[in-house]
Amino acid sequence: MTEMVVPSEGIPWLTLILILPLLGVVATLLAHESLSRHIALATSLITFVASLPLWFVFDNGNAGMQFVEKHQWIDSPAIHYALGVDGISMPLVLLTTFLAPLCILVSWTAIDIRLKEFFISLLVLETATIGVFVALDFVLFYIFWETMLIPMYLLIGVWGGPNRVYAAIKFFLYTLAGSILLLVAILVLYFEGGRTFDILALTQASYAPGLQALLFWAFFAAFAVKVPMFPFHTWLPDAHVQAPTAGSVILASVLLKLGTYGFLRFSLPMLPDASVAYTPIIMTLSVIAIIYGAYMALAQSDIKKLIAYSSVSHMGFVTLGIFAFNAQGIEGAVLQMINHGITTGALFMCVGIIYERTHSREISENGGLANAMPQYATFLVIFALSSVGLPGMNSFVGEFLVLVGVFAWDKLTATLAALGIILAAVYILYLVQRIVYGPASPKMLPKLTDLNAREFGMLVPLVVLVFWIGLYPKPFLDVMHASVERVVTAQSGSVIVQHDFSVNEPILVMTEDIAHAGSIQASEATP
Amino acid sequence: MFDLLVLLIPLFPLLAVLANGFYGSRYSHEWAGRLAFGSVGLSFLCTLGVFASVLSNPEPREVLAWSWIFGGDLSINLAFLIDPLTTVMLLVVTGVGFLIHVYSVGYMHGEEGFTRFFTYMNLFMVSMLLLVMGSNYVVMFIGWEGVGLCSYLLIGYYYEKVSAGKAATKAFVVNRIGDAGFLIAVFLIFAHFGSLDYSTVLTQASSLSTEMATAITICLLIGAFGKSAQLPLYTWLPDAMEGPTPVSALIHAATMVTAGVYMVVRNHVLFDMAPIALTTVGIIGGLTALFAATIGLVQNDIKRVLAYSTVSQLGYMFLACGVGAYTAAIFHLVTHAFFKALLFLSAGAVIHSLHHEQDIRKMGGLYKKIPITHAVFLIGTLAIAGIPPLAGFWSKDEIMAHAFVHGYYHLYILAAIGAFLTSFYMFRLTYLTFYGQSRVEPHVAKHIHESPPIMTVPLMILAGLAVVGGFLGVPPEHGWFHSFLHDVATPVGAAPHAVDMSTLLGLMGAAVSIALAGWGLAHYMYSVRPQMANEWAEKSPQAYTTLLNKYYVDEFYDRVIVEPFKKLGMLWDWVDRHIIDRFVNGIGKGTDISAEAITWTEKHVIYAGLNVVGYGNHLLAWSWRKLQSGMVHHYAAILIIGLAVLIHLVVLWFTGSSIAGSSGY
Repeated sequence: MTEMVVPSEGIPWLTLILILPLLGVVATLLAHESLSRHIALATSLITFVASLPLWFVFDNGNAGMQFVEKHQWIDSPAIHYALGVDGISMPLVLLTTFLAPLCILVSWTAIDIRLKEFFISLLVLETATIGVFVALDFVLFYIFWETMLIPMYLLIGVWGGPNRVYAAIKFFLYTLAGSILLLVAILVLYFEGGRTFDILALTQASYAPGLQALLFWAFFAAFAVKVPMFPFHTWLPDAHVQAPTAGSVILASVLLKLGTYGFLRFSLPMLPDASVAYTPIIMTLSVIAIIYGAYMALAQSDIKKLIAYSSVSHMGFVTLGIFAFNAQGIEGAVLQMINHGITTGALFMCVGIIYERTHSREISENGGLANAMPQYATFLVIFALSSVGLPGMNSFVGEFLVLVGVFAWDKLTATLAALGIILAAVYILYLVQRIVYGPASPKMLPKLTDLNAREFGMLVPLVVLVFWIGLYPKPFLDVMHASVERVVTAQSGSVIVQHDFSVNEPILVMTEDIAHAGSIQASEATP
Repeated sequence: MFDLLVLLIPLFPLLAVLANGFYGSRYSHEWAGRLAFGSVGLSFLCTLGVFASVLSNPEPREVLAWSWIFGGDLSINLAFLIDPLTTVMLLVVTGVGFLIHVYSVGYMHGEEGFTRFFTYMNLFMVSMLLLVMGSNYVVMFIGWEGVGLCSYLLIGYYYEKVSAGKAATKAFVVNRIGDAGFLIAVFLIFAHFGSLDYSTVLTQASSLSTEMATAITICLLIGAFGKSAQLPLYTWLPDAMEGPTPVSALIHAATMVTAGVYMVVRNHVLFDMAPIALTTVGIIGGLTALFAATIGLVQNDIKRVLAYSTVSQLGYMFLACGVGAYTAAIFHLVTHAFFKALLFLSAGAVIHSLHHEQDIRKMGGLYKKIPITHAVFLIGTLAIAGIPPLAGFWSKDEIMAHAFVHGYYHLYILAAIGAFLTSFYMFRLTYLTFYGQSRVEPHVAKHIHESPPIMTVPLMILAGLAVVGGFLGVPPEHGWFHSFLHDVATPVGAAPHAVDMSTLLGLMGAAVSIALAGWGLAHYMYSVRPQMANEWAEKSPQAYTTLLNKYYVDEFYDRVIVEPFKKLGMLWDWVDRHIIDRFVNGIGKGTDISAEAITWTEKHVIYAGLNVVGYGNHLLAWSWRKLQSGMVHHYAAILIIGLAVLIHLVVLWFTGSSIAGSSGY
């Protein structure tokens, strides 16, 4: 299977999507501060519209990269400005461009200092995030990956809550620590994979098992922190609690997906043997994350923290699905990445809305919202139920596919994960019971005005998606089908190894073959 | 035409949900109500059409709506299966559902959340229809969770009441425990059959090993016991009475709680292969029937007595499944839907006329003031108590006779004692509510009134059904009902069982005597010697308070499950903040134990390095506890130095080695 990276004809949509937010940055810089939010909103809306062709023109039958652009950037070492999307990254790009306008809307009145800088940060973050999903060159990828950190760091550190500095630093250091190992891994791949930073070429190359193991853990360090997997999750609650609402939304909806995307794009296809060998560890950590995250959510008294921990739990399903190595598991995982982006993003928006009114995120101080804010309560309950995984809503489809996939891998793991859905109902409904039911506290009651048109308008598209994916997920599954199938087939060689795990010798022979092939390829590439 | 009719059945209530949900505030309550019951009425008419078609052609037929979830070799359609079993369930759900909707328009009149109430009720109808119509396990699961959701929303309908919120959460969470069991069963089925369609699974069931069949059915049972409120997952149902009374009638008596029974019968082919599961169903059913009946003896809330009675009657249905009497289980499900909906709705009428009084100690002597309600309630009582020829007698007698004839004497005894208690507590309820001295509070007594026709007419229809409904299954084991369900509910490998008539008549006689004995005792205690109940309570206070407090099961669950569960959550929260986080904060410095050594290194080695970079003295002064924000400099410095070293090494290693390699050529 040789991957031909042939640049596509016509309009360079991906470059356009990357550049548009930056044009918005320039416009924001030049314009008067009071116009910042309007410029940002317009920019993000245009970007979203510009990203729609990806969805409509996308060829579902093509498992490879589409909308490819490739230009030489640096001659030696050869670094390219190479972009492209497949069925796994395209939905994530759209998720990002879809959420960006909502993040700007949610900050409309919540942010009242340093408007220019705030919206510039958001727009730069948008470009960087999209860049990570579309980059086909490792250097380019790493640049976007690191660039993303800075605006996020600023969003938490400048516009965050009282303990923002601690949270920002914790976030920064955790991620940076992972990034360093990622960079090392990229360099190793460059030397071992034929002196190229081309992600697709590196995916084709084979690596010796021992090297695969090292690279796997280096990738793991970077991606597990981002997901975040247990026990690398403790930066998340702090970051979420301190971040402004838009920061939390981006963080939960998009940034966490970079970790799982990394596993899917790099760990699995490049390091198939190591991925199979370490699957039990990843699965164990994922199940722990599901149950542990749910337990932690239950113990929280801060709404945002509760949802942050629920993210840990939900992302556990995603890593579980990815490492199930079958079509259901991975398709479920990709869909669940989108679902989590929609649902958790929406829940953070809901928290932001209530925080703007009461200036409290304490569950005990917010109560009786059904009575005081019926529209708001309706939205909150819908997103809460989506989070619980109620059939007919988005998360169910993803979780169901993941569990079917994992069940084929190991029954006990799937059973334990399925128990996690009980816990999800417990913590979310316990939250809803305390803040939606009962009487509102007299102190808060005057502040509890129901949704205004802007807030209503930004929640409606999310509700539509919740039900669309829940009832008719076909368009979404169709998009990712071919690409997921390719990841699975690429894995199948190793899956055979997994099945014959009791027989030691053939594996050795096989892996030595691979190692041999790898070294040949590497030396051939050496000039 | 047939396909269209089938699709229209869930579509009508769905349209009403959308209309009332989105636009309900733009038109009057009157129209919202009409839309709500009208849509269910139309569903009922479509069901009649489907029924007519099934009568002439009882073969199972599938109707596809659209392709829903797929991935790899998994493919799930949103599709419906119509066979006699589904048709019976459809008739009950839409028929009884329609009557309850009509009644609700009167009952909920003037409530602030009128439109919201009917939106949820219609949504419930949609879910329940999906549950019984689904042609595969996943569509059933949508319905299964959907009815749980609506139950949750409707129990919590009076959201300003804290108790309602708690009861709603409890119902959902306990149900979720069952749902997890159901889901695991679904995965097991897919793993074995590679399909989740009934048509595949149930026809290829013989390929299952006994162990696999047992595993699947036990997991299904966990789901069934949660949804149908059986031991040990029954505790949510009595609390669910926080919802408006029509909700109790529709969801917590006639339809949703019977979903577990439907599920067992639908999968009876699997259960027939798993004797352990069948034994479990029978024993749990029998024990629940008896256990819940004993609690019902002493409760003072009219709805709670009925709730425990529901738990108990559902126990009979499971007992029937356990002895292989699947048709009898569905038969009892149908008659129970008639008389229990009747009892709940007439209890609602009582509550309605007494301005929301539910305590039977504050009732009494009502028969003169609300004669219609009294008459229909009495019919309901006679039916559930098993007085012939009313509906409950036939179905309950068939279950007990089947258990006896097939040698399940232990289950027969449980059921017989339960039947005696049922008769007793139902007549106790009737006596305390409608006869004797009025204990109604004076200010309420002045306003007692009979309910309007929109409520009493559905009551009378249900009363009629409770009287004649039993004749569907007469003669026992050979009635119309049995021949209709023969193909879908006959146990696999069941040989025709010839039983002589005298045994059957004897069992009938016994059943009637048991029912009459319960009535007699209630009559003596609550009419002839009204002080007797109190004397008994005083004589054995412990037994009385134990029953009154429902065996303290809720307290037990709180103490043993809920509290430790919460404590564990807090413990883990502590672990997260104090151990994992401390570890994280300490990565630059090692753990607590080695902190000092590291600090020393830091002072003398790293600091020396950093000093050059110009960080100055203040770094030295920071102890590691105060480092929270200061850590950035440490970490960043260590990271950057580390990064530089690592990258340098990597580059050196590879370029070095490859240079060496190339020079070797």
